[in-house]
Amino acid sequence: MIRRTLLATAAAGLTLAFGAPAMAQDVTKACFVYVGPIGDGGWTYQHHQGALAVKEEYGDKVEIAWQESVPEGADAERVITQMALSGCNIIFTTSFGYMDPTNNVAAKFPDVKFEHATGYKREHPNVSSYNARFYEGRAVVGHIAGKMTKTNKIGYIGSFPIPEVVMGINSYYHHAKLANPDVELVVTWAYTWFDPAKEADAARAMLDQGVDVITAHTDSTAPLAEIAKEGGSAWGFGQASDMAAFTTNDDGTAGPRVASIIDEWSPYYVKRVGQLMDGSYEQIDSWAGMPEGEVVIGAMNDAIPADVKAEAQAMIDAITAGEYHPFTGPMNKQDGSAWLAEGETAGDGDLLSMGFYIEGIIGDIPN
Amino acid sequence: MDLSSINPVLLVASIMISATPILLAAIGEMVVEKSGVLNLGVEGMMITGAVIGFIVAINTGAPLLGFASAAIAGAVLSLTFGVLTQVFLSNQVATGLGLTLVGLGLSSLLGKPYEGQKTVTLPKLDIPILSDLPVVGRMLFSHDIMVYLSLCIVVAVWGFLKYTRAGLILRAVGESHESAHALGYKVIRVRMMAIMFGGACAGLGGAYLSLVRVPQWTEGMTAGAGWIALAIVVFASWRAGRILIGAYLFGGITVLQLNLQAAGLTWGVQYLSMSPYLITILVLVFISSNRSRSSHDAPANLGQTFHATR
Repeated sequence: MIRRTLLATAAAGLTLAFGAPAMAQDVTKACFVYVGPIGDGGWTYQHHQGALAVKEEYGDKVEIAWQESVPEGADAERVITQMALSGCNIIFTTSFGYMDPTNNVAAKFPDVKFEHATGYKREHPNVSSYNARFYEGRAVVGHIAGKMTKTNKIGYIGSFPIPEVVMGINSYYHHAKLANPDVELVVTWAYTWFDPAKEADAARAMLDQGVDVITAHTDSTAPLAEIAKEGGSAWGFGQASDMAAFTTNDDGTAGPRVASIIDEWSPYYVKRVGQLMDGSYEQIDSWAGMPEGEVVIGAMNDAIPADVKAEAQAMIDAITAGEYHPFTGPMNKQDGSAWLAEGETAGDGDLLSMGFYIEGIIGDIPN
Repeated sequence: MDLSSINPVLLVASIMISATPILLAAIGEMVVEKSGVLNLGVEGMMITGAVIGFIVAINTGAPLLGFASAAIAGAVLSLTFGVLTQVFLSNQVATGLGLTLVGLGLSSLLGKPYEGQKTVTLPKLDIPILSDLPVVGRMLFSHDIMVYLSLCIVVAVWGFLKYTRAGLILRAVGESHESAHALGYKVIRVRMMAIMFGGACAGLGGAYLSLVRVPQWTEGMTAGAGWIALAIVVFASWRAGRILIGAYLFGGITVLQLNLQAAGLTWGVQYLSMSPYLITILVLVFISSNRSRSSHDAPANLGQTFHATR
């Protein structure tokens, strides 16, 4: 009797297993590969919010799946392959280091769509790439930093020396300098996307050396927690996510997070999965920013003086309306050679391969 | 480059804070290894301590209670390792790795509701006279109590292993469990206690991360600190004093290279970050190349299972 029940269960299981592909025809499966834990409160958290928005928008017509903390490199290739085998129709790989693994797997699964974030390689017709114009956000926080620093030293915690980060550093510094000609920029490289202790150490090193406004290009909230220890004499920004917990202190005073750059992936994810479902999907290279709502500046807190708030808002409005490009000349390269003439704006190609600092930044970009 | 912007007083102070988690974890693991057990689950015990410490501190508002709970949580988790390896004689390497995975998974499950919350952190001690001294007061005598506790634990472990009868028994168990057993010592009981001490220390180290160094809970926040602690034990060739040097060196180089970068130095920083690992490899090579010396360093029965009937 028991054996018969067991067999029946097994048979039912088999039917389910083989029946699944037939069902997958109606349900679009969107899968996401994350570089950190969803709970990082930053980069990966925002991607996951985008994934949840897809589910919210299409309900039963989509199924979402994800894998957290996937190391960049060989492991990523294994995870992406596994996802392609498990019936994913579209796979979003959400870190720069997944670029080659994504393209490698895409070659083997021509019917699956692949979307790689922040990279530039589209070696197969089923690979698209997407990014957001974070430098637009860096411009706004750079302006705030330039206005708010008392020591005239502002900091930038870099992750890896890739164009994406260099672009952010240049945009941040350029607008801080426009707001405050005496400003000096301190850059440190953490060589990690996610290591809260190390991120906190990097912030601590800067604070100890008199830096009083810090922006981070790493994924956790640790730098803000470290800045909070200064008790109101130093400021920082939410990175990737709003990090609203640091907006006000427990006693009601303005917290260390004066504003934030939010990566809003939801519009893009909803659009792409929608296109896949209605058949209008095509390979693209998307680079959207404030106008499309993919880069958002989070609420500015009361530590920022009202006039600076108004200036920052004006800049946000101008970028959103397409009237202002953060990289508008005159701008020179670090060595003093001319880069952009008066009124000239930087081309996307120039930005995406950016490997130089602009004039005024001290130090070299590591190899 | 402007090296004058580095303030040596603040640098030393931040090195001490930065090194405390790995110091605690490493001194605990050294005792475990001295008893002849290799527990690779340090990372898992640390992160469990980090999450439990944070949860208790946030709910009670008492960080010290958080630390106490973290130590208990680390010890309880290590007890599962102890039972599996000492009673059921499972492979220590595999079980230790399993413990890391369990700890990482368990902590992210428990910590989910606490992400993004802030906790009360430990106050800096204000020691009369000492804290007011110029230079050294700020550098050495105005830390929180856990920094000093970690140093006390190192001294206590050193004294325990060197001068007490119990310490001698523990070392005997690690060097030759068969002989220790023949002399009537309870090998498994000694090892169990060592394992739990190691777990408690790792738990404290993890709680230091989540309650003081990065006062918040973030999933996966130990980010490999447990593995560094394991490297420090080898680097220190199983001696308490050298554990202190190793931990301050490993922690210190991270802080130093970030300070150098902030001061404008860009060349060679990667090499500096690499150096502790290179030194560890060199130490390993040195230990294994010198057979006669090696007997004084690694406990002879390290990682071997013991059964009384064999």
